[in-house]
Amino acid sequence: MGQFWIFVRKEMWHILRDKQTLFVLLGMPISQILIFGFALSNEVKNSKIAILDHSKDLTTQQLIKRIESSKYFEITDYLSHSSEIEESFKKGDIKLAIIFSPDFEKNLYHSHEASVQFIADGTDPNVGTTLVNYGSAIIRDYQDELLGEKKLPYQIKPEVRMIYNEQLNASYNFVPGVMAMVLLLVCSLMTSVAIVREKELGTMEVLLASPLNPFFVVISKSIPYLFISIFNILSILFLSYFILEVPIRGSVFLLIAESILFIITSLSLGLFVSSIAKTQTSAMFGTLIGLFMPTLMFSGFMFPIDNMPVPMQILSNIIPSKWFFIIVKSIMIKGLGYMSIWKETLILVLFTILMIFISVKKFNKRLDIE
Amino acid sequence: MNADIIIHVESLTKKFGDFVAVDNISFDVRKGEIFGFLGANGAGKTTAIRMLSGLLQPSGGKASVMGYDVYTQSEKIKAGIGYMSQRFSLYDDLTVIENMKFYGGIYGLSKNDLNHKIQEVIGILKIDEFKNQLVKSLPLGWKQKLAFSISILHNPALVFLDEPTGGVDPVTRREFWELIMNSAHQGTTIFVTTHYMDEAEYCNTVSIMVDGRIDAMNTPQELKKQFNSQDIHSIFVNLARQSTRKEFE
Repeated sequence: MGQFWIFVRKEMWHILRDKQTLFVLLGMPISQILIFGFALSNEVKNSKIAILDHSKDLTTQQLIKRIESSKYFEITDYLSHSSEIEESFKKGDIKLAIIFSPDFEKNLYHSHEASVQFIADGTDPNVGTTLVNYGSAIIRDYQDELLGEKKLPYQIKPEVRMIYNEQLNASYNFVPGVMAMVLLLVCSLMTSVAIVREKELGTMEVLLASPLNPFFVVISKSIPYLFISIFNILSILFLSYFILEVPIRGSVFLLIAESILFIITSLSLGLFVSSIAKTQTSAMFGTLIGLFMPTLMFSGFMFPIDNMPVPMQILSNIIPSKWFFIIVKSIMIKGLGYMSIWKETLILVLFTILMIFISVKKFNKRLDIE
Repeated sequence: MNADIIIHVESLTKKFGDFVAVDNISFDVRKGEIFGFLGANGAGKTTAIRMLSGLLQPSGGKASVMGYDVYTQSEKIKAGIGYMSQRFSLYDDLTVIENMKFYGGIYGLSKNDLNHKIQEVIGILKIDEFKNQLVKSLPLGWKQKLAFSISILHNPALVFLDEPTGGVDPVTRREFWELIMNSAHQGTTIFVTTHYMDEAEYCNTVSIMVDGRIDAMNTPQELKKQFNSQDIHSIFVNLARQSTRKEFE
């Protein structure tokens, strides 16, 4: 055991000596959280829109005022003719055009039917749909007020509530995603590169010729990254709780315990990669393409898994980040306890054991040369 | 078996697929001698050394090192030997002292012994001024001498040196061999591979490997008599010419 800690101490020397890498490892989660929190956002705010009002009456004035005062829209163009609509889109500024038909108010009160047209920029379908929904909601509200006490004879009115995230705060989704990404990067990438570096430099040969248990060699490499990762989790949770105001509704201890489990999963993936890769470059590409890309695509963090074709959905099950993502969301956002996530936890545990088992099998005690 | 024999090898063979890297070699190494393993690149020297140091499982034959069987007791062999690989094996981004602390530590030296040894090595190599510098800032010759000193930090009875003087200038090679002989005087058995024929003169026993076989083995003096030659170099060139193995085939 003494030799084990001597090896860990040596790994610490390596890491502390390489200040730039250490800075990146510790700073990356902080910058990721801040970038995702403040710069990148799926929310649609202050979208530029154009208004074409053929009617110019009191009702349309009131509607336009409401649209203008909403935080989602910023009216930049007031058009006077339909031919200007396309021009306005082509300039690339506006995302939505709202067109009120002629005699809007008259039609509304006399024939009880007035029409308003939404033309949205479909190049980004999500933004287009969202803007149309926001616009429709404003019109609907206005209509409800007009009706006042007079109820329609038949009416089905959906009452919508976004539970767990009433404000539709995007941070609720990406904080768990960033956690999965950062842990995977630090643990898998750094561990596999550190192990393969010894193979590449030739020092592995001397280590294998020493009485040191070869398995210690690889395990002790992962210990410093375990500590760095725990620091990363704490900094991510701290920032998201205090700055992005993401709640931690469930048990903090459970959350940290599950994160440590995922760290060990990522470390085992790093071991697995290093048992195959022969050079640092191949270890790096292996982790980025084999582990990092699938995490982005199949964990449910960026793209909803339910929308994928069935084969892809099945494939997503072997991505450990997916299960960790579900676990973190359940604990942090939904406030669920152990009983609700034991299945996902069990999958991670089994996956980790499998990875370690395969890596140990592959990591030949004797030198695999030629 | 004779108690004086530290390595006993009988018909040792290693195959990689169809390729026979080491072909049925047999020899004994006596305690305290410098045993030189000569051969061209690709003759099978490194493969032989890896089998004897417990890194590689042989395909056939028998071998025992310090009385331990290479097939079943490689862990015991590893604990008792020193090993210096043909590739540079120190950590460039650690200091001289850190490298010594690390390698001494994994061989289980106690803190006191280790500090004592470190002082001793610093004294012998006269590297007091470099001791807290990163290894990468040392000249190659110093690095190789340091690597050798580290491989015998734990006082092994036997040390394997795989082409320890590759790429080193003649003066430093001379100094390096002084270190080796000094260590042999203190009773360490040295098993060394090289392709510098002048170094063969330092050895008590020389064996010449060609195509995985040992084609000649004796003391340098006897070899010269046997082949009726002035120096080991011409013996080697004559033997190596018979090689049918091309390096990159």
